[in-house]
Amino acid sequence: MTAQSSLAAIEATLADIEARNPRLNAFTAVTADRARARASALDASRAAGRAPLPLEGMPFAVKNLVDIAGLPTLAGSRINRTRPPAAEDATLVTRLEAAGAILVGALNMGEYAYDFTGENVHDGASRNPHDTTRMTGGSSGGSGAAVGAALVPLALGSDTNGSIRVPASFCGVFGLKPTFGRLSRAGSFPFVASLDHLGPLTRTVDDLARAYDAMQGPDPADPVCVDRPAEPVTDLLARGTEGLRIATLGGYFREGATQQALDAVASVASALGASRVMELPEPARARAAAFVITTTEGAALHLDRLRSRAGDFDPAVRDRLIAGALLPAALVTRAQKFRRWYREAVLTLFDDVDILLAPATPCVAPLIGETELDLGGEVVPLRPNIGIYTQPISFIGLPVAAVPVRGPTLPIGVQLIAAPWREDLVLRAAWRLQNSGFQAV
Amino acid sequence: MQDSELDALIDAGTASLGIPIEPAWRQAIRANLAVTLRFAALVEAHPLPDEAEPAPVFRA
Repeated sequence: MTAQSSLAAIEATLADIEARNPRLNAFTAVTADRARARASALDASRAAGRAPLPLEGMPFAVKNLVDIAGLPTLAGSRINRTRPPAAEDATLVTRLEAAGAILVGALNMGEYAYDFTGENVHDGASRNPHDTTRMTGGSSGGSGAAVGAALVPLALGSDTNGSIRVPASFCGVFGLKPTFGRLSRAGSFPFVASLDHLGPLTRTVDDLARAYDAMQGPDPADPVCVDRPAEPVTDLLARGTEGLRIATLGGYFREGATQQALDAVASVASALGASRVMELPEPARARAAAFVITTTEGAALHLDRLRSRAGDFDPAVRDRLIAGALLPAALVTRAQKFRRWYREAVLTLFDDVDILLAPATPCVAPLIGETELDLGGEVVPLRPNIGIYTQPISFIGLPVAAVPVRGPTLPIGVQLIAAPWREDLVLRAAWRLQNSGFQAV
Repeated sequence: MQDSELDALIDAGTASLGIPIEPAWRQAIRANLAVTLRFAALVEAHPLPDEAEPAPVFRA
């Protein structure tokens, strides 16, 4: 890169955001001054002879539950607007910038991340770049829209039950939900302590791996983040799927899926030479247990706000959280006990397979405002059911790469799932698929 | 559970937790509570040994 290139690239990015964001409603804040200062500093140190950094000059933006020094961390809510600005950046922002990336803003999201649609009653819905009348998916909707529209090549999202994988699917981009505890959550507004993950969305697998590598490593500020040393994957991508055993998930992971979702999984399986079908034990119960833990831990988090400012919530979020607060504690403990059983049962599958394939969503992006979903002939409420295929996976923290598959009009995603700590395998398989034509739409 | 039983749970639970609710919210809270209890019952129906440990990650 030349000494001018980071600042020039950032100016182009900022102009693009200004021109196209009003249509997409992806950004809730643009950190233009900060980005220009960072770009100028990078250019100056490069001119002085510094070696290039892994993410040199790469613009990125973060879901607005991730702390940005000087801004209130909204988490998609009205209530958080009165919180003091964050004193410092989240750990992952610091690590991405240390690797040369340049923060350009904060992104729209569903309120308090309790959302699969990308709609937001306070900021308005983020809009799907492939059809702005359609949902981005949530809750990292702005992240999906910003990367899907190529406003930025990299965004951070969070995923408690599918909130990275769902917008990646609807917006036609790559997403990585790492193993639970792999990436630090320090400096992000929480939702469900047992299930929250942070991760990247990008337009290429190479960027996904480089961003992931830059963010790895222990962080004492997050008690869930493991002490495991960084295990970089970027240099392993070219190994592809050589020697890997790959199977498609059947049963639950086919029921209710639209033909396009099934076709997408079949095309990925075909490209990877995977003909075997396997079944997870008790996925419906796993999803139910994830639902129970989500609503009750979410209620515990927001209890004081429900007491004092219930009227300021998105009503759809508030009413679920109040219901969650009323569930007897014994049932929540049962869900956590089941989680342990399910984890052990699922892990035995990985004795015989390295990667499992499943749809990321049962359908392509629905129209904004839609409230019902046809699941295999049964009409069900849309909001909770978008995540039926993501919830049984994140429930036990398995690493997943979401890979975009082009459709007749709209894209849809496929999940590549591996055993804990094997992000390398899902990223290698995603890289192989990218080189076989499965690219961001 | 019947609506009246759900309402009794809503009244007792919100009172004990100090969460004031508007009458207009009740129907949606009741519907969400019914779904949550149904999911919890599905989980509870799975037999587990007394020795089963819960899953949360905690390290001293």
